Amino acid sequence: MTVKSTSRARKKAAPGVPDPARAGIGAEPELVQLLTPEGDRVEHPEFPLTVTPEELRSLYRDLVLVRRFDAEATSLQRQGELGLWASLLGQEAAQVGSGRAMRSGDYAFPTYREHGVAWCRDVDPLNLLGMFRGVNNGGWDPNEKNFHLYTIVIGSQTLHATGYAMGITKDGADDAVIAYFGDGASSQGDVNESFVFASVYNSPVVFFCQNNQWAISEPTTVQTRIPLYRRASGFGFPGVRVDGNDVLACLAVTRWALDHARSGQGPVLVEAFTYRMGAHTTSDDPTRYRQSEETEAWKAKDPILRLKAHLEKEGLADEAFFAEVEAESEKLGLRVREGVRSMPDPDPTLIFDHVYSEPHPLVDEERAEYEAYAASFEGGEHH
Amino acid sequence: MTTDVHSLREFKMPDVGEGLTEAEILTWYVKPGDTVTDGQVVCEVETAKAAVELPIPFTGVVEALHFPAGATVDVGTSIIAVAVAGAAPAAAAPAAAAPATPAAAAAPAEAEPERREVLVGYGPRTGSVQRRARRTNGAPAAPAAPAPAPVAAPAPAPAAPVAPVAPVAAGERPLAKPPVRKLAKDLGIDLRSVVPTGPDGVITREDVHAAANTAAEAVVEPVAAPAPVAAAEAAPALPVPSASGDVRVPVKGVRKATAQAMVASAFTAPHVTEFVQVDVTRTMKLVRRLKESGELGAGVRVSPLLLVAKALLTAVKRHPEINASWDEAAQEIVLRGAVNLGIAAATPRGLIVPNIKDAGSRTLSQLAVALGELVETARQGKTAPADMSGGSITITNVGVFGVDTGTPILNPGEAAILAFGAVRELPWVHKGKVVPRQVTTLALSFDHRLVDGELGSKVLADTAAILEHPKRLITWG
Repeated sequence: MTVKSTSRARKKAAPGVPDPARAGIGAEPELVQLLTPEGDRVEHPEFPLTVTPEELRSLYRDLVLVRRFDAEATSLQRQGELGLWASLLGQEAAQVGSGRAMRSGDYAFPTYREHGVAWCRDVDPLNLLGMFRGVNNGGWDPNEKNFHLYTIVIGSQTLHATGYAMGITKDGADDAVIAYFGDGASSQGDVNESFVFASVYNSPVVFFCQNNQWAISEPTTVQTRIPLYRRASGFGFPGVRVDGNDVLACLAVTRWALDHARSGQGPVLVEAFTYRMGAHTTSDDPTRYRQSEETEAWKAKDPILRLKAHLEKEGLADEAFFAEVEAESEKLGLRVREGVRSMPDPDPTLIFDHVYSEPHPLVDEERAEYEAYAASFEGGEHH
Repeated sequence: MTTDVHSLREFKMPDVGEGLTEAEILTWYVKPGDTVTDGQVVCEVETAKAAVELPIPFTGVVEALHFPAGATVDVGTSIIAVAVAGAAPAAAAPAAAAPATPAAAAAPAEAEPERREVLVGYGPRTGSVQRRARRTNGAPAAPAAPAPAPVAAPAPAPAAPVAPVAPVAAGERPLAKPPVRKLAKDLGIDLRSVVPTGPDGVITREDVHAAANTAAEAVVEPVAAPAPVAAAEAAPALPVPSASGDVRVPVKGVRKATAQAMVASAFTAPHVTEFVQVDVTRTMKLVRRLKESGELGAGVRVSPLLLVAKALLTAVKRHPEINASWDEAAQEIVLRGAVNLGIAAATPRGLIVPNIKDAGSRTLSQLAVALGELVETARQGKTAPADMSGGSITITNVGVFGVDTGTPILNPGEAAILAFGAVRELPWVHKGKVVPRQVTTLALSFDHRLVDGELGSKVLADTAAILEHPKRLITWG
């Protein structure tokens, strides 16, 4: 297999400027870490965190279940059951850590990869899969879960999030908003406009950027010349880089950022430095554009293994616990698999139902036209 | 009937990449008789986008693999059959494949053979689409009748080949998708001249390729089928003509490669062709003498082509700039270190152009041996790919077909090609008198991007001069 690399990707960084794309391989970048890849707990003066053994086990359980669900979804796509799947493999800690940092009144605006955050917001995984199967448009009530619908357009949810946050200020509430996006989206106009609005309106929004090093096939070197979190200072709000594979650091930093935002101090940019272990989506083949040595280097920083190592070292969980989580994840896999395969196809006329909230003559005419067309086939109304 | 029954489940090639129509099976990880479990990876396939592993959606025993590794399979085609244990007999309940939840039982049978959907993308490829039958009469017309209703297809039988439709009338814009328009533009094909075979008169990618191929054949065939192989041998087995008398031959193999090479060459390298008539009486005499004397070696074949080759090689030695190629990507002209002399050959497999490596440094005797081997290997259809790559200049011997000359198309990547016409006895002015002489026509096409008229003319004139007076092989060689 040939590995393609663009000349731009090889371009040397300016003197004194760290090369973000190489950061995962060479020297460790400056980031907040509370749990080392070896599973040792470290303290950070600005981001103290107290967690009970029970909380640690619960975080571990979420990480494992989310990964299992994600693997099952990839498998279902390969079986032709889903049109597409965007795997979160490698980014579990960034999502579970930040997702668990939210209070119930906080609101999340995800991309299409935030399966771990959806899990923390209690969205049924089958709802996510229905969308990727094309049988529903999301299927959960965003205002019930405080988890917005998946946004496919790159970066536009940051505008929605900022607008929502501005509304919270008007309401005088003390909730906060978290907007998810990736390193690729950081180049989008929408994201930069959101930064401007959130900053000047002092809106309670946390911009949570999962820098997974690759915007499909483009490395971060073609997105930025400085670490992404430093961009915030140009807009006039704080930025923090956190070890995105450290669930404890993600929890602590996001919790701090949300509190910062809700207390009227304005937005925060959190850059969760992580790695997309799999393909961009099931339509992508990462071996065509990135080196396996890079992927191997990141394997050693796996978010689940380090928490498991910590639990074992500190004697906070026994064999029975791990076996129980394993069994639970298998059960989840089975539920997801069978649930997807048995999803009924929606009635084709459903597409006309949600164009307007109230009856509309043109839509009625189009529905009637379609129904007549469908009825013109032999053997039934539709399908 | 009740307990130890198995039902056979088929796993179909899924669309793993948003709108793909086919995938190649790279490796099977299981074989008939193996036990598989739901979610177990059974094979690796490669699509236009990626190589991916496919997990099987059933638990059971592999009954059959429908395609070997290496096969390219359409999306929606069954690739493996699995006998699923414990399920109800297939005849009784075809859909009930061990659904574990009540909801599953009511679900549509997602793996039944008739289902042939892709979830996203452009759907199965044109030509393999099965259309549902429309009600023939009494169909309740829509209040506002949908104007562009598809043409009524007759039966739910497998899609019959669509009768070719004439190209569109002048002035009308031909129907084709943007990528197909782009393809036609790249190949220099006027869409208005293409016969559409797609639904509703839409021109498909295949139609454009077919049109390009026809165009390329029309240009290439007369000039580029030289070597001493009987034409009948090269004739492919043709399909039976249709009612209209037209025959449609699938474009593949050497024909496809030839078409692509010729189109690529004709539309990237601006060709100039020059001609010269030359009295080759002395050369023909030399060929006879060499044959009779056997001095080039026992059993070595001596032909006029050998002397033409030697003449061209000598001319190239005098003007080495002709032995070059154009590197578009690097924006450089590559002056080739060795002369790898290509000989266009009509073979049972079609037109191929093997070349003699470093022909420029070979003696006449070595050249004769190499040429004999090249022709023999090509005739047997055993020419290796390496023998066909790296050519730097080519000769096409159209004279063996009795024609005088042509305007040969460059072998892609080369700067010149020489056509050697038939040698005829013609009235010729020789030493002040009109006498019968043996005369031939030489044509040299060259890539005008890197070869100017002066250089091309000198190479052609020198080649002709040598054939007129072969002693120049000594003075110029």
